[in-house]
Amino acid sequence: MANASAPMPSGDPLAATQRLRIRRILTHTALFLGIILAWEWGARTGRLDPLFYPMPSGILRSFWLIYVENGNIWKHLYVTMGLVLAGFAAGSVLGMGLGALVGFNPLVRRFLQPYVIVLEATPRIAVAPLLIAALGFGPNSKIAIIMLVCFFAPFINTLSGVVNVNEEKLEMFRSLGASKLQTLRKLVLPEAVPVIMAGERLALTAALSGALVAEFIQRDQGIGSLILVYTRNLNMSSAFACIFTLTLIGFLIFRGMEIIDHRIAFWKNEAGLARTSQRRKAKFTAQMEG
Amino acid sequence: MAATAQAAQTGASEVVVQGRNVGKTFGGGSVIAVQDANFEVRKGGFVSLVGPSGCGKSTLLRMIAGLIDRTSGDLQVHGTEVTGPRQDVSMMFQRATLLEWRTAVENVLLPTEIRGTPTRADKARAMELLGMVGLKDFAFSFPAQLSGGMQQRVALARLLQSGADLLLLDEPFGALDEFTREHLNLELLRIVAEVKATTLFVTHNISEAIFLADQVVVMTARPGRVAKIIDIDLERPRQLSMQTSAEFNRYVDEVRDALGGY
Repeated sequence: MANASAPMPSGDPLAATQRLRIRRILTHTALFLGIILAWEWGARTGRLDPLFYPMPSGILRSFWLIYVENGNIWKHLYVTMGLVLAGFAAGSVLGMGLGALVGFNPLVRRFLQPYVIVLEATPRIAVAPLLIAALGFGPNSKIAIIMLVCFFAPFINTLSGVVNVNEEKLEMFRSLGASKLQTLRKLVLPEAVPVIMAGERLALTAALSGALVAEFIQRDQGIGSLILVYTRNLNMSSAFACIFTLTLIGFLIFRGMEIIDHRIAFWKNEAGLARTSQRRKAKFTAQMEG
Repeated sequence: MAATAQAAQTGASEVVVQGRNVGKTFGGGSVIAVQDANFEVRKGGFVSLVGPSGCGKSTLLRMIAGLIDRTSGDLQVHGTEVTGPRQDVSMMFQRATLLEWRTAVENVLLPTEIRGTPTRADKARAMELLGMVGLKDFAFSFPAQLSGGMQQRVALARLLQSGADLLLLDEPFGALDEFTREHLNLELLRIVAEVKATTLFVTHNISEAIFLADQVVVMTARPGRVAKIIDIDLERPRQLSMQTSAEFNRYVDEVRDALGGY
């Protein structure tokens, strides 16, 4: 009460959260470095089998080797990412298309239902060798494998998205005398967007795994085959460098899809609502004046 | 026992809705939802349909909206048979049923969009209606940014945007808290008087039904039928304090009697 300018250690909530944040960052960094150092020490002193646990310093060196000095990972990276994108695009377009088709046709749905269940219960990876037998070695069968693993999430989600439309909203559209096409465009599709996007996110993550499985089976090129080569040569630090590369790609895919999702299904997050509200207001005002 | 309807004694004004022995059965006749309902709603009138759940009041409203077909009887709006949804009738539901990806004003414009491309005049009207329901400053807010009461106000503005002169409201504020509901009921009365609409209001709340209406249609369940039609002779504009008057309570007793001691 006495003096406003007196130093109050717990008085400023902003500074307090700032301090808390810095402390959290420091704790995480310390823990991470501790693990890495313990790993390095364990590998150097022979307490960890270097065959399975290559030294972190060795992995770092391998990163340098495969990315810069030899630069041999790049072409494999391109191959794998190309497969992932092609397989994902084909699989998710097919999934969404069939999902919508089945969703809109109760008759088709009734007849297809048992097959969908059977197919869903079958581990898709098990079909991979059959696909290679059918399509031969090469990128086609690999893309087919990826298509197969990332087809289901978009299919099921699109299907349930267009089927599970809010009954009251449907009734509201009917009371307004809306046509089928209007109901589809203005209600069913927008309402299905968030759940379809969730399916796409799952599909892209699955596509990466699918690409690796395809490359494990046909070990000619790509990150998957590179990992096989390195492990066969007991070059574990390079194999780890490849795996950490995939970790990073997986993370980027996840974050990237999250950003796209937040943009498209903007009404599911506050920042998106605030941003879009401003934009719509500007557009509306311009139309009223212009 | 026969559910005879007395014509409203509100003078010689035009009949907007007329039901003669309207019936609805489900399951091939095994479930009787509405039986021999006789009623009429006059132009500019406010009629409440009150009854316990299962008395068929919502079913009756949906038949008038043209959302479901009746199985028997005659049902006319503005002198023509109801065969499906029509432009001169508009309905509001218990939940706001707003589209989450549209701003308030875009939601209000939906009925206009269904009929064609909204003109600048339509857009101005939508803004005007949002002002009328007290949401002038929230025209560009999305439903997720609005409270439940505000969402229903948007739905009310959308109802009026359709331009229909017969408004059907199915427990429109039933999902809101008591205070918000009372407040919105008062605004509803002001607004329907302002736009000179004819209103049919479904509720299971007896006081609400009496407070709002010129006429209360009391329905009983199993089978759903019109038990009694009571004219409400309370002064307008209605005020919340009227709900404690002796006259108001007489109406409450009358409705309860008609419901068979609820």
